[in-house]
Order: sequence, then structure tokens, then C-alpha cells
Amino acid sequence: MKPAPLIVGAGPAGIRAAATLVRAGLRPVVVDEAPAPGGQIYRQPLVPDGRSPEARYGSEAGKAQRLHAEFAGLLNRIDYRPETLVWNLGQGAADLMHAEKTTRLAYDGLLLAAGATDRILPFPGWTTSGVFTLGGAQIALKAQGVSIGERVVFAGSGPLLYLVAWQYLTAGVRVAGVLECAPFSAKFNLVQGFFHEPRTVLLGLRYAAALRMAGVPMRFGASDLAVAGETRVTGIGWQEGRRKYHLACDAIGFALGLKPETQLADLAGCAFAFSPRDCAHLPTRDGAGRSSVAGTYIAGDGAGIMGADAAERAGERAALALIEDRALPFDAARAILLEKQLATMSRFRDAMAKAFPFPEDWSIADETLICRCEEIAAGEARAAIRQFGSTEINRLKAVSRLGMGRCQGRVCGAGIAEILAEESGQSLAAVGRLRGQAPVKPVPLTLLDTLPEAAE
Amino acid sequence: MSLFKRLIRMDQPPIGFFLDGKAVEGRAGDTVLTAILTNADAVRASDVSKNPRAGFCQMGACQDCWVTLENGERLRACTTLLTAGLRVVTGRAA
Repeated sequence: MKPAPLIVGAGPAGIRAAATLVRAGLRPVVVDEAPAPGGQIYRQPLVPDGRSPEARYGSEAGKAQRLHAEFAGLLNRIDYRPETLVWNLGQGAADLMHAEKTTRLAYDGLLLAAGATDRILPFPGWTTSGVFTLGGAQIALKAQGVSIGERVVFAGSGPLLYLVAWQYLTAGVRVAGVLECAPFSAKFNLVQGFFHEPRTVLLGLRYAAALRMAGVPMRFGASDLAVAGETRVTGIGWQEGRRKYHLACDAIGFALGLKPETQLADLAGCAFAFSPRDCAHLPTRDGAGRSSVAGTYIAGDGAGIMGADAAERAGERAALALIEDRALPFDAARAILLEKQLATMSRFRDAMAKAFPFPEDWSIADETLICRCEEIAAGEARAAIRQFGSTEINRLKAVSRLGMGRCQGRVCGAGIAEILAEESGQSLAAVGRLRGQAPVKPVPLTLLDTLPEAAE
Repeated sequence: MSLFKRLIRMDQPPIGFFLDGKAVEGRAGDTVLTAILTNADAVRASDVSKNPRAGFCQMGACQDCWVTLENGERLRACTTLLTAGLRVVTGRAA
């Protein structure tokens, strides 16, 4: 008997993919690191905490409930593996770790829906206790019902900046300021975005208006962020042009948009290409979500940042491609409709990328830590680049240990690329990408020792 | 000092655990990260400079919040559910 298809991730893309495969009579394995389905955006609390879906998910409560219910309805027709990490894969098999034990699972058809993490560039003091990613600040509130501090500044760029600040304000937390690194003029691109997705743009404007009404200082064109505080955050400094500013705060949420999780696509052998919109190397796909490797499909933010609504459609579309490639009957009209919707959403995403642009001239001082795992400063990175004449990011990793720490470059990758590009006079596209390596996340060494043949 | 502030789940049953030998309390439904940071302002000392760290991404991606237990075992605080009697060493106690 043929092995089942494997779906990695139970967020909006993974859930819709699973539902689509089940409808075609397949019984996929769905592996997810979280204890409950929903991904990061529709993440569920560990225990019921008395909050309504509206209180937790705001404007997206209906979508969250629908997806959670849809997944619950699939449970006896799929092989669901929560709290399970895919730490290695390739050649039709994946190594899964659950409860400190590893097993090898053969699959026929691989659908990656691994999602995204916050995109980070370093600044002085960013490793200080009390600085979290915007996504992290949101998870604390949404899933754990805690705030990251009592007087919080949100900084960086991206739609999440205003959403999270508004969620904290609504939860009764004092928001000390919102520091947007993009200039105010970039926001005129929202007009173009409005034509494609008026609801999303209006929601964003509503959040900004509520923050302003509450008297939250909202600044644009903030550069040269710097955290104050030795053992924990006591404030944040920044510049607007030449003028310097400072705000007292006890916690900071920071990110510059999102960054797709592409390590598993890399291990699967997928071809990559540089995406100017995402400023990242991404697995190449056709309109349906087929990667360059036959039988491997990629959907959702893990393939390129498009948001949760697009992830649902991309997950379904990629699943239809898997069904078609198995020569099973599939709904061709539905596939065309989904691709059309995704094309519109992609145009919206073009406008959003312009409204929240990735900073072009993020200066990183020599003393600033670039790698938080191994604590390597930017100056050490620059010295290594000069000493070894590095022009490619994996060569730099080999001589400097940059990107070799526990996070495998998830956090530091964008910063390393930035410094290497600047120092070697190349574009971000030219310096390449940190290659994914197994294990993609830490697994106990003792576990690898006992493995008969998996770790190679 | 604590870093995190609880907004809800105040009346969940308390779960006792130990932070650097001192008896403290979390709440049912807490991750180890939440439980530590509602009692302290760091979860560990960084590997090289020994500076305080409190995690970063809270979604199991950055690996910044791996803490050590008294028995030498390690766990990722943001993705581990708090259990009673856990004995965490932050390495921060002077």
C-alpha cells in the first residue's frame, strides 16, 4: 500500500489542505508542533481561559472558529500528530520527534505549510530582557493572557505593528508608543491596497485611529532604535532624521514584517529564487503550489508572505494539485477560482509591501550583537568577511559560526545577509541564503545516538 | 521583579514550582515561560556573556528560552506546559 500524504503545519493552509485531501478520499498525516490546531494566527490557549473567540481573535473570530471546527470534523479521517516536530526530511521520509522519541515516517506527497516568523534586524540592546518579537507579544496576550510589560512600546513595521498595539490597548495595557520605521509617505500605498481588500485596510485604519484617540504617541520614519536598560528594558531611543527621541517603557515588541519558514523546503531539495517583495530567497512554485520537486507542494506564509486568508486558499489549491497529480478526480473549476483569488490577494500584498517597506539603510553598529545564540557582534562578522573575503552567506557561516547557533539562522539570517551585502558590495539576492540543515530545530543528542539509521 | 503581567486566568488553580530553589506559583494553563516571567525578569543567563535573557519569539522558533532544571535536563520554556514541582535554575541567582 502507498504511504499517506504528509502535511506539515496545522495553521490555515494546513487545515484547508487536510480538508481537501480528505474530501478526495485520502487520509493525510498532519504533523504540527503546537498542542492544538490553528497555527500562530488562530492559536488556541492551553486551557479554557474564559475569553470568547471575539475577545481572543477580534475581527477574525469567525474564521478562527470555522477553521477549528473544520479541523475537529476531520479528526477521525486524518492521522493528526500534535506536539510533533519534523526535524529532518527528504527522499520520501520524514523524521518526527514527539515526547522525546523519534520515528521515521514514509510519505507519498508532501505538503509544507510551515508558516512564518517575525523578521528581525538587530539594534543596540535587542537581546535585553523585555524585548520580544511582535508575534511573541501577541502570543503572550492571545494564548497566555499576559502582557509582556506594563508600559509597552511597539516598534518596527508591518500590519502586525498596529494590530498588536491595538490588541494591547484594548486589553487595558498602557501602550507607551508605536514607532514605525517606514516613513509616513509609504502609507499612501494603502490607497492601492484598498481597491483589492477594503476590509483589511479599513481595519488597519481603525486600529491606528483607536490608538491615536487613546493618546498613544505614533511616530513614523523611526531609525537607529536603541534599547535602554542593563538587566531589563527601561526605555527605547530612536531618531527621526537627525533628531533624537526617547520613551520610558518596560517592554518592547519589535519586528519588520514576517519571514517565511523555508528550512523544510530546503531539506526537501526544492529550488529557491530571490523574491524582491519578501526580500528573501523563497522556494519556487507554480500557480498551484507545486515546488521544483515532484510530489512536494508549498502553501501559506511559508511559501511567501500573503496572510491567513490567502493561506487558506493556497492550502486548498496545493492539495488539489496533489490530488490531480495522483490522477484522482479533482475540481478543476475550483482550482481556477482559487488561483484567481490568490492573484488578487497577491496584488494586495504588493501594495502592503510598499506601505510597510523593508528598511533600505538599517545601520548596524560594530558593537551590536547580530547573533543572539552565539553572541557574535556585527564587528566580528565584518572582520570575518574581510579576513576571508566572504561573498556568500554559507561560506561566512563556516568561518564565523554566524547562523550556526540553536536558532539555525531563523532570527539572525536577515541581519547577517544585510551585513554581508553591505560589506561585500552586493545585493541581498547575491549573498544567497542560509541553507537548512537537519535537525532544523534542536533535538536531544541522546535521541540521535539511539537512532538506527536516521541521522546521516 | 516580574516581567509579564497577568490579565486573565487569575482564578485558575495555582501550580507550585521552584525558581532557583525558591518556592513560587504559576497558574494552570501557563507555559513554563509565562510561569517564570510572572515571577522573575529573566529565564536564563546567556551562554557567553551571562546576560539575562527572557526569550524572544514565544513560538518555538528562536530557541532563546531553553532553561535548565536542577537535574540537568533542559526544556524550551515557551512550548512546555508548567507542571507542579518543576525545579528551574535560571542561573541568575547571585
